[in-house]
Parts: sequence; C-alpha cells; structure tokens
Amino acid sequence: MPTRDLPPDKAQSATNQFGGAAQDEPSYLRRSFLGGLLTAGAAGVGALLIIPVIRVVLHPVLAKTTEKSWSDVGKAEEFQGTSAPVQRLVQIEQLDGWRRTVSQKPVYVARDSAGQLTVLSAVCTHLGCTVPWIDKQNKFICPCHQAIFDPTGKLIGGPAPRSMDVLPMKIDQGVLRVQYQYFRQLTPNKEVIA
Amino acid sequence: MDSNRGRESNGSVFTRLIRWNDARTGLNSLLRYALDEPVPGGAKLAYVFGSALLFLFLSQIVTGVFLAMYYIPSADHAHTTVSYLAKEVSGGSFLRSIHSYGSSAIVIVLLLHIIQTFMYGSYKGRRELLWVVGCILFVLMLGMAFTGYLLPWDQKAYFATTVGTNMLSEIPLVGNWLKQLLRGGTEMGTLTLSRFFVLHVFLIPALIFLFVAQHIYLFRKAGAAGPISADPINPNLPTEPFYPKQLVMDMGFALLIVIFLGFLAWKIPVMLGPKADPSETVFLPRPEWYYIPVFQYLKYWKGWTSVIGIMVIPGILGLLLVGLPFFDRSLERRPWKRPVSVGAFSAVFVALAFFGIQSHSQDLKNPGVAAQLQKQQQHEEEFMRAPFQPELAGASGGGAPMDPLAGKGQTVFTAQGCNACHGENGAGTAAAPKLTGIASKYDSGKLEALLKSPTTAMQLGGMEPIDLKQEDLNALVAYLQSLK
Repeated sequence: MPTRDLPPDKAQSATNQFGGAAQDEPSYLRRSFLGGLLTAGAAGVGALLIIPVIRVVLHPVLAKTTEKSWSDVGKAEEFQGTSAPVQRLVQIEQLDGWRRTVSQKPVYVARDSAGQLTVLSAVCTHLGCTVPWIDKQNKFICPCHQAIFDPTGKLIGGPAPRSMDVLPMKIDQGVLRVQYQYFRQLTPNKEVIA
Repeated sequence: MDSNRGRESNGSVFTRLIRWNDARTGLNSLLRYALDEPVPGGAKLAYVFGSALLFLFLSQIVTGVFLAMYYIPSADHAHTTVSYLAKEVSGGSFLRSIHSYGSSAIVIVLLLHIIQTFMYGSYKGRRELLWVVGCILFVLMLGMAFTGYLLPWDQKAYFATTVGTNMLSEIPLVGNWLKQLLRGGTEMGTLTLSRFFVLHVFLIPALIFLFVAQHIYLFRKAGAAGPISADPINPNLPTEPFYPKQLVMDMGFALLIVIFLGFLAWKIPVMLGPKADPSETVFLPRPEWYYIPVFQYLKYWKGWTSVIGIMVIPGILGLLLVGLPFFDRSLERRPWKRPVSVGAFSAVFVALAFFGIQSHSQDLKNPGVAAQLQKQQQHEEEFMRAPFQPELAGASGGGAPMDPLAGKGQTVFTAQGCNACHGENGAGTAAAPKLTGIASKYDSGKLEALLKSPTTAMQLGGMEPIDLKQEDLNALVAYLQSLK
C-alpha cells in the first residue's frame, strides 16, 4: 500500500465524501505486515498474467527471423552451353504472420566477363521496369527509358545509374539457386532494401 | 484549503505526490471508502467469491484483448489465426489456455457465489435489485461462454454452435427468425462468426461492465449481510473493515485461482481441432462441460413436447430464480428453517448433476458414439502435433485461384515487363492505364490484335508491339481477361 507513507497528521483529514467521519488514522495505513502480504500477492497475480501477455505481444520482435530463402532457378547443367542470357522466373516465398505469399520474379542467368555463371535481377536500376533481353541486338534494352546493358549486365548507355544487379547464387547438388533481393533504384551503388 | 497548501510542501517526494493527487482526485477517500467497507461479524472465507469473479473477469479482459491481437473473425482466416497463435506465437498457447480455462473457472465460481448467496439467505432484506442484477450477470456470463466457444472455428466449435443455435428454432412463432438473426442467415457461416465476435468482445462485455458497476453499487448500498444468524437489514454485529483481513482472503483466493489456471495451461494446453468442415456428416458435437447437463436434458424432449422442455420448464425455473427475493419475503436466513426454497434449489442442482452423469454414461455405453468421440479426440491431437501451415495468399492479398492458362499468362505478363507500366496485376501506374476489367471492353480476338499491333495512340504512349509464340499470346490474353 503506497499510502502507508502518509504522515501521522492524516488525522486532520476532512470528513470523507461518502459521509463517514474521518478516523484518527485510516485503517489501511496501519497493518503493514498484511499490506506487504497483499502487495506480494498482487505482484504474483499480476506477474502470472502479464508475463504471457508480454511474450505474446513481443513475439514478432523477438522471434528469430527466418533465414533468407533460396529459390530454385533450374538445373545448373541447363546453362552450361549457353552464352546469351536466359530469362527464368523464380518463385519467392515470404511469410507474413500466418500468411504465406508466393510471387514470381524474373531473373537472367548470364555469364560474367570471366565466363562464370551469374544471376541478374531483371529489375532496371533506373526506375524499376523489367528489362527484356533483345537477342537480335545482343543487348538488354529497357523499354521504359532505353537503358542499355551488355550481355554481362554491364551498363553501356541510357539513364540507368549502375549496371544490372547481380543476385547471390549458389549451385546446390547440381541445382542453381538464387537469393532474390530488391535493390534501391537510382543510386550509383547497389544497396539491398529487402 | 489553506492548511492543505502548507502541507503539500512537506514530506518525501512520493508522499507529496500522493497528497497532490488526492487534493485533485479524492483518490484517498475513495480508496478509504472501498477498503473500510464494514463486514458484519468479521472476515470469512465464505465471502471471497464475489471479488474472485471480479478478478476473473478482469483476467479474461486482459487475456482476451491480447488474443484479439492475432485473431481475425472470418470463416476464411479465424482457424488459421488461432492455429498460428497456438502453435507459433511464443506464450500464445499459454495465454489462450488461461482464457479458455478462465471461462470454466468463472462458471464454477459463479455457481459457488450463487450457492453461497442462496444458502446464506443473503438475497433477503431489501436486496431484490441486487439479486436481479446478479441474475442478469449470470446470463451475460453464460452468453460470453457460448459466443466465445465458436471463435476458434474448429470442428467442435462449429458443430456445437450449430446445435446450440438450432435450439432457438424450437421457440414458437419467432424461433426461426431469432435463429437467423443470431446466425446472420439461415446457415452457419462467416456472418455468424462476425456476430459472435461482436457479441463476445463488444456488446456483452459492455453490458457486463454496466451491470457489474450496478451490482457493486447496490451491494455497498445494502451492505454485507453477514453470517446466517444476523438480521439482513440491521446485522447488529460488531463489524470489521474489509481491509486487511477480508482483502487478504480475497487476494489469496485470486492467487490460488491464477496459480491453478497457470498450472493447467502449462500442463494441459487447450486443444484446437481441425478447421470446421460443414460437409462433415458424422461429427458428434459436445458442448463445454457446463452446458452438458442442459444438452442432455434437451435430449428428452421430442416433437411437440419440446416446447415444454425448451420454453415452459426453463421459463418457470428462470422466473422462480429471478423472482426469488420477491416470493421469499421472510427475513429468516438459516437454511434449515427454509426447507421449501432450499429443497427446490438443491433439487435443481441434483438434477443438473444427474443429467451430466447421464450424458457421460450414455456416451460411454453406446460403442458407436464412444468410438466416434475417441476418433474426434485423436483428430484433435493429430492436428495439434502437425506443424503450423500458413495460409497461402496471392501476392496482392488473395483472390480466387485462376485457371492454369491465365496463370501461365501471368508469368508472361511479368516476364514481358508489362507490369512495369501497367502495374502488378494490371492495376495501372502513372505510365500506363489499368488493364482490370478489360474483358468487358474487348473480346479475346480484339485483344490479341491490339497486342500484336497497338493503335497509334497506344504506341505514342510507349506500348510496343508484342512478338510472342502463339501459345504464350493465348495465355497472356487469357490472363488479361481474368483481370477484374
């Protein structure tokens, strides 16, 4: 009982508003042992209820985040003989609380200047249009504002601020897998946003 | 008050803060009024039930509010969200179990409170309104239990509520209308769930607050009745203040309840069964234990007699219960001097217990029923063991599944970069118009022609002619026509 700290001159307190005459000292100010017992009891009751409530509320903050998911692009051998970039759709799965959302994103399997497989995001680094591969011209040409990239994804012309974005990839038991990411547009440096 | 102004500057910061607050709110005198409630004849363990109910109601509010943080009252999502809470959210199963066991605890303590009040004759002596308000609270609490039972939308919730609401149609004249009103339609469905949710979390709790306030007010106005030997109007016994002894007893009982609930929730978490499947034909619904006696009792009334069973007998019993302090005017409180009312009261409880036992033994005796109930139990256990299955949602937030050709067309739409200008799912952007509803403007032949050779206006807007294999083009057209 917090009020037990009140000074003894409480006796002067006026008649209470419910009409009862003021006592010399209100009864609840005195019995401090039982008051302590009550405080302990209240704390116990409160804790038993509040602890699960706090856990439930904090779950989205404290639950360990799911590992970044890898999506299958296809068998690695499919891409052995190719030299021009090949478009593939990857399925990306995201957990949103009790929902699972699945969406498809286009990527290109290409080769870097050293001839190694790379996976490029098809999202234009300029304003986010999907960049098509134009086989006849051996270039990526964005239909929106004519940003042009070479077969390795390197920027060769147009308004884009940087080359096409390379996605993290790995070959897992013969399967090419990619970690789909979103990058910030209009910046000269690649910056992951999701 | 001048003297107060001087005193406000004395003492520790804490004391001064208390005094500052009291001068403005009157909290101290309010607290004093609450804590110095005179208890005639002194504190007794028999008096703990009322405050235990208040405590349990508060606990239901706290747990319920935070359960609602994860719950969606829709036939599509309710079961998934409860399953997510029970299986994935840390502390979720525990909180849900406390809430569910808490409802049983409320019914038990409510019965104890009524039995104590009845046996002690504490409804006598200008306490008619106090008793009537108590009866209203009893009905409201049973309404909370009934509406809350449906919310998880699992098999037993669905079928028990189907049976429960079906009973309404036995009421003459307005029965079917009432059933439709409660269900939000002729059948159980997502509108039923919405209605039960609103009743469970808004309407009934609001009424309970209102009547609890009245109940407490009327109780303090009439004063505690004291032991059975005391005169209920003027107890004429030395009184003891509520604080500390009675409050310690009340608190001790509340602590006991919450420890017991916590132990149950920890050791035997409340189950969730498989999602409600209205096409299921063999499911045997059983209500919560406290409705079992009523459930069994109703089995005895078939055909035209069911009006007697469902309306007449409960009506008379209800009237007798609510009207008790009006019929029973004597101030005699000792139970052995009131054989008629105590006998009738006990007979009702014995009958309820009998029906409960009868229901249980009938379930065990019939091998078909026993096997089915056991199977349902197994299904629940299997469901609880299975990992949580997230609900599959479209990236744009759901919608009807599309046909495979349109599905393929969607990939073409994305792969061709159509979404860059026309937006995800053809919703439109600043660069190009939306494509939703285009099926009503052009048939598939016209759409295909436009895709192959866009009009000059379209070309000026940045639309390029589409050069695709015929099958991809067909898929794309099918997808465009599916956009709504």
